[in-house]
Amino acid sequence: MTSRDGDPERWLDQEAGPVVRPYAVTRGRTLPSGGTLFGLIDIVVGTGERTTAHFRPGPEHRRIMSLCRRPIPVVDLTSEMDLPIGVVRVLLGDLTEAGMVRIIPAQQRPEADQRLLRMMLDGLESL
Amino acid sequence: MVLNPFDDASADLGVPSTAKILIAGGFGVGKTTLVGSISEIRPLRTEEPLSDRGVGVDDTHGVRAKTTTTVAMDFGRISFPSELVLYLFGTPGQERFWFMWDDLAIGAVGAVVMADTRWISDCFASIDYFERNGTPFIVAVNCFDGAPRFQAPDIRIALTLAPEVPIVMCDARERDSVKNVLVSLVRYVMSAKSPSQANLA
Repeated sequence: MTSRDGDPERWLDQEAGPVVRPYAVTRGRTLPSGGTLFGLIDIVVGTGERTTAHFRPGPEHRRIMSLCRRPIPVVDLTSEMDLPIGVVRVLLGDLTEAGMVRIIPAQQRPEADQRLLRMMLDGLESL
Repeated sequence: MVLNPFDDASADLGVPSTAKILIAGGFGVGKTTLVGSISEIRPLRTEEPLSDRGVGVDDTHGVRAKTTTTVAMDFGRISFPSELVLYLFGTPGQERFWFMWDDLAIGAVGAVVMADTRWISDCFASIDYFERNGTPFIVAVNCFDGAPRFQAPDIRIALTLAPEVPIVMCDARERDSVKNVLVSLVRYVMSAKSPSQANLA
């Protein structure tokens, strides 16, 4: 895509990245279906389920499936996908509903989890 | 699909434990420097609302008017050998990014509020936020070259901090100094006796 000569808004070059607007891949949906929240450090795990007749995964869904063959936190998945977090949450909602991924929530009250805090303290002190 | 975090053998899948710490403070106080001194930096794309119109409206027919624009932020990641991954999220400094704070703060172990003695009031908003939602926090004074040096008691008065909130001096460029800040936060959280913990005991 090129802009006309003399166009003052000549910003769209290869550096500008993909020309498809982010929410086009979710067909305009901005909230995930199913009500799951997908916290930034919750972990996404592929279930190994095949696609069903009711759900046709798009390329971005397939990309998520390949990235979560091993458990991966939402924030790392989003970073790898190079899509906004809101878009990734919508895609994860689709995959969760289709039974293709499941979410292992992070500890919701880490400040009360002495085992987790001890692991952090030991880890930080040995850096 | 019904989700149950306690079903089947998630331990066999090599599922890591995850935790996050927030790094807050005013614009230019050294949040990114601090995160970069101790962790691998990775990019994260998120959205910024362009206006308040439409926020909270569940428009299932799609976004008709453009209400958000994507913005880039960074986060830090430290992987420990114990299968624990610690994430460091710098809270966006400008007011227009406040919408993201709740997303970042939910489930956080605690927060480091960075302060610069030249612009001490820049960290008021962060302190207010964490006091209000009960996130444990410590204050890390980033000791910039040429900035006036104050003693911790003076800073405590300037910030009207509760006596138990730790204040540590740091140099955000120095890995060991940053490590000391994070260790101080975790020790503080471990020692804090919140009412809910007392009930569980």
